Amino acid sequence: MLALLHRLLIKTVWLVVVFLGITLVSFWVMHLAPGKPTDLQTDLNPLITPEAVARLEKLYGLDQPVHIQYWLWLKRLSKLDFGNALTGDRRPVWDKIKERLPLTFGMNLAALILTLSLAIPIGVTAAAKQNGFFDRASTVFVFVGFAMPGFWLALLLMLLFGIVWPIFPISGLTSPDHALMPWWRQTLDLCAHLAMPMFIYVFGGLAGMSRYMRSSMLEVLRQDYILTARAKGLSERVVIYRHALRNALLPVITLLGLSIPGLIGGSVIIEQIFSLPGLGQLFYQGVMSRDYPLIMANLVLGAGLTLAGNMLADVGYSLADPRIRSGGGNG
Amino acid sequence: MVDSGLRRALAHPMFVAGMGLVGLISLAAILAPLITPIDPTALDVNNVLKAPSLAHPFGTDALGRDVLSRMLYGGRVSLWVGFLAVGLSVSLGLFFGLVAGYFGGLVDEVVMRGVDVMLCFPSFFLILAVIAFLEPSLTNIMIIIGLTSWMGVARLVRAEALTLKHRDFVRAAKLAGAGNSRILLRHILPNAAAPVLVSATLGVAGAILTESSLSFLGLGVQPPMPSWGNMLLEGKEVLEIAPWLSLFPGIAILLTVLGYNLLGESLRDILDPRLRQ
Repeated sequence: MLALLHRLLIKTVWLVVVFLGITLVSFWVMHLAPGKPTDLQTDLNPLITPEAVARLEKLYGLDQPVHIQYWLWLKRLSKLDFGNALTGDRRPVWDKIKERLPLTFGMNLAALILTLSLAIPIGVTAAAKQNGFFDRASTVFVFVGFAMPGFWLALLLMLLFGIVWPIFPISGLTSPDHALMPWWRQTLDLCAHLAMPMFIYVFGGLAGMSRYMRSSMLEVLRQDYILTARAKGLSERVVIYRHALRNALLPVITLLGLSIPGLIGGSVIIEQIFSLPGLGQLFYQGVMSRDYPLIMANLVLGAGLTLAGNMLADVGYSLADPRIRSGGGNG
Repeated sequence: MVDSGLRRALAHPMFVAGMGLVGLISLAAILAPLITPIDPTALDVNNVLKAPSLAHPFGTDALGRDVLSRMLYGGRVSLWVGFLAVGLSVSLGLFFGLVAGYFGGLVDEVVMRGVDVMLCFPSFFLILAVIAFLEPSLTNIMIIIGLTSWMGVARLVRAEALTLKHRDFVRAAKLAGAGNSRILLRHILPNAAAPVLVSATLGVAGAILTESSLSFLGLGVQPPMPSWGNMLLEGKEVLEIAPWLSLFPGIAILLTVLGYNLLGESLRDILDPRLRQ
């Protein structure tokens, strides 16, 4: 237990260092790149004077050297103050993020649970009869799943189920008359709007996750203790679901933590296509209007989640595997 | 040796399928001017949003441009981005991996911690942010994809270099007076080539997917230059009246990425002696 705490402590210090590194690099890259958030207000304005541009930059603190700006930003961050958005409604960035967080977070979590509950049985069944019919069929599915761009699948679904057979609405979160509906129709309305985006999330994750489950299972099935279990006459069912599955799940926990950056990236595209008011869409708007505080806040959130995912993978790994927990290994 | 490797490859259905797809698509992109005489950027206001026909096998887009021609030339763009981005990421990965694995100690520690930091970046977020601030040009896209995807190769090469440097043939070379750079380039690099080739092949698929996603968001290849991603973006606007615009470029992306993935996975099978039975 002590060894685990020690590992966690080192890991935490390391995480803080990495976190600072990420924000520093992001900040630098953005500020060194040509183009400023004020460009959008000044470029198209023929009457603007250089003095007015300077005033505007001073207002946003853009006239300071980059390292001072970073320091000020960091100081505000320690108070969880991400500043105000430079464009649009200019509200505090944190408020804007807070109201969009539940949708993106909820969708991704639901998608992850759905993906796992499908990927585990698929991977196990495929591995149990390697090179059998199911294994071959799921391999084909995996390759197509890997190669399918999510945004194209979105277009196909919109075409098929939004236009040819208009079953599902193709954009937004709610219908225009949502507020007038009774609660159960509101729920149905919401589900209908989320059906296609959810399908794409799950489809996108399923290929990788089920493949990973399969190879992890195959690896375990090659071990000596499986041979022992079979030799002492246990049924194939017990061998696979009691002995093998538990050990094969271990690497999948890691993958779960490590899949977070991909989910974040996917949200930008899917929310953009389906006009869902989530974090990805907010980030996209921020990027398009070069809104430093908004972009930085999203990067911080993304980096934080990625690091948390790494940590989760690590802890999950050590809790599930006694060899790591006892501190014997160096992994 | 080479002959038996080739025979093994040709007996591998995944390899044949992957090679066939990749070869066909590359050929179509290279021979674009021979396949269709139509200029991919030529506007034709009299033939806007025409469904597929004999004159335009894949139809025309909202500006009357020939979709087949744009797809062939768009393929050039996608493959070009894929190859150069992977070229950059493999070079970086090789360099850092070799240096870290061979010299070990502090150098190794610093490089590998750098790799860890890079792996923690929410990379698509960062790519989006950087591209939006720089001009979204072809060069910038290649560079940024390359800069954010070298870590896997570095890890692979480091692991190879770590084990290879203690092998007898490397010691022999050292005793014979070979310098560090000669040992790295002549003795260690060739032995690390197989896993790098696999990773590079899969990397091309990844880079093409990233490029098309960026272009689809309007932050990648800019019109009028055609790319499969920005063609799909244009297609989305007229999804209801001209669905063929959203169909063909997607199929092209799917088949290209599928081809490179099949090729990469089968190469892994063929080249890895441990998996062979």
